[in-house]
Amino acid sequence: MSTTSTASAALSDVTKGAAASAARRAARRRTALVWAGRIALAAVVIGGWQLSTTWGIVDPFFYGQPSGIWKRLIELFQHGTQFGSFYQNIWTTIQEALAGFAVGAVTGIVFGVALGQSRYLSDVLGPYIKMVNAVPRIVLGSIFIVAFGIGVTPKILLAAVLVFFIVFFNAFQGVREVDRSVLANVRVLGASRTQITRHVIVPSALTWIIASLHSAFGFAIVGALVGEVLGAQSGLGLVIKTAQNNFDPNGVFATMLVIAVIVLGAEWLIGKLERRLLSWRPPAPTEANSL
Amino acid sequence: MASRNDVATSPGTGAADQADARIEISGLTKRFLTPAGEVFTALSGVSFTVEPGQFCAVVGPTGCGKSTTLSMVSGLDRPSEGSVRVGGREVDGITDGVSFMFQTDALLPWKTVLGNVLMGPVFRRVPKRQAQASARDWLRRVGLAGFEDRYPHQLSGGMRKRVAMAAALINEPRILIMDEPFGALDVQTKAIMSTELLNLWEQIRPSVIFITHDLDEAVALADRVVVMTSGPGSVKAVFDIDLPRPRGSVQEIRFQPRFIELQHQIWDTLREEVERAYALTAGGTA
Repeated sequence: MSTTSTASAALSDVTKGAAASAARRAARRRTALVWAGRIALAAVVIGGWQLSTTWGIVDPFFYGQPSGIWKRLIELFQHGTQFGSFYQNIWTTIQEALAGFAVGAVTGIVFGVALGQSRYLSDVLGPYIKMVNAVPRIVLGSIFIVAFGIGVTPKILLAAVLVFFIVFFNAFQGVREVDRSVLANVRVLGASRTQITRHVIVPSALTWIIASLHSAFGFAIVGALVGEVLGAQSGLGLVIKTAQNNFDPNGVFATMLVIAVIVLGAEWLIGKLERRLLSWRPPAPTEANSL
Repeated sequence: MASRNDVATSPGTGAADQADARIEISGLTKRFLTPAGEVFTALSGVSFTVEPGQFCAVVGPTGCGKSTTLSMVSGLDRPSEGSVRVGGREVDGITDGVSFMFQTDALLPWKTVLGNVLMGPVFRRVPKRQAQASARDWLRRVGLAGFEDRYPHQLSGGMRKRVAMAAALINEPRILIMDEPFGALDVQTKAIMSTELLNLWEQIRPSVIFITHDLDEAVALADRVVVMTSGPGSVKAVFDIDLPRPRGSVQEIRFQPRFIELQHQIWDTLREEVERAYALTAGGTA
């Protein structure tokens, strides 16, 4: 392609076509290599686990066994648990996590945006929020269970508290990062306080808020599960706790797998929401490759 | 927009509008408290007047308080002493009928080009249909018809400036404040944008205060050039530019003998300040 001055148009078209198909082939080869690597890694880890337990290097009684986990998983789905069907337990946990997530995210956004805009409010409330944040919040689960019994309420509250702080700090920071000249510009254009919040502050903070929602849903599940482990009548946390008490590592791993699938599903939904709300952002070239 | 309608129904509109656009800056002083607790005087006793419909350029070395002056004219900031009067009324709070163009992009990246231009009318609660029509009209005037649905990141620097220009002019301001609006553009784009700015300015004739580092730009565009001193900022000299209007292409006016003469005159005044400011900053870093 370096001799462009003399090359005829037809020739350069041909070389362009060849270059394009070569680039496509290289991209395809790369994708195939990545997938081969992924599958190989899974085969080594799971296969190694399976083999080392069959050969007696590792005791399956303590560490479980992939084939045993799979069998236990099918069993759980087919025969349920001693506290109702497995589906029902999954649904309980999802409900608690979703409700806690919603409550925590909404209050986190409201407080973050309010405190981010008001210096006075943030000066007054700031130290208290930091103090509460310093408390190991999982322990709050015990208090909620004492106060609200072993129903769904304490789990929702625990999940909401965990979610709140993540979303709150991100919303607060997002509001603080609003571009000064953009703010000056809309003020000169005659925007009122509410108009500034609606057209500038919230959209600007949304990048931060949505980024926080990814990790926040994981914490909502953690809150729900810990609440269930501490005391419940139904839910995946209870299934795990029972499996633990029965020396059934396969049951623990099987339930873990289900939880992972739930979190991945939620992650996918939040990713969709993100693409929809932040469609204005320039596409980052590395985003597709990043984890 | 409501006030505009009120004005339109009363007789003698033109005269009232004209007097409203006079900017009188008198004895403007601004002091800041530095983080170390010392008082820093950014501006001291700045006074000049911009007549209605006049294009006034302000030049001066870096850090002479040009931007500070502008933020007090627009009402974003309050003076420590002295006053700014717009149309005879002292500025307190955001001045009505002012538009601001910044050096950095002040566009909202999450709004489309059309949405950005619509901001002014939306904030003034202009009916949607009317606002849309005038936003499209302004985009056409700045040569961006067909780009309504793009986002700012999809545009070039010059195109973003055009959007900012349409967004600033759509409210048909009495006063247009520009803080090095074309400072970040390349020389060719800057010349084209300057020429377009002059054309648009001649259509609605707001009073303009235009800050720049570029003396050529100041002389080519303005009716009056204010030269400021540095540390603390004050007015050193005011020059009236008597080049005839309409001036046409900004690039061609530079070859006129009168332009060169004026440019030399102002540069003689400005050079001393620039050198002094440079010596100060160089001394500070050494």
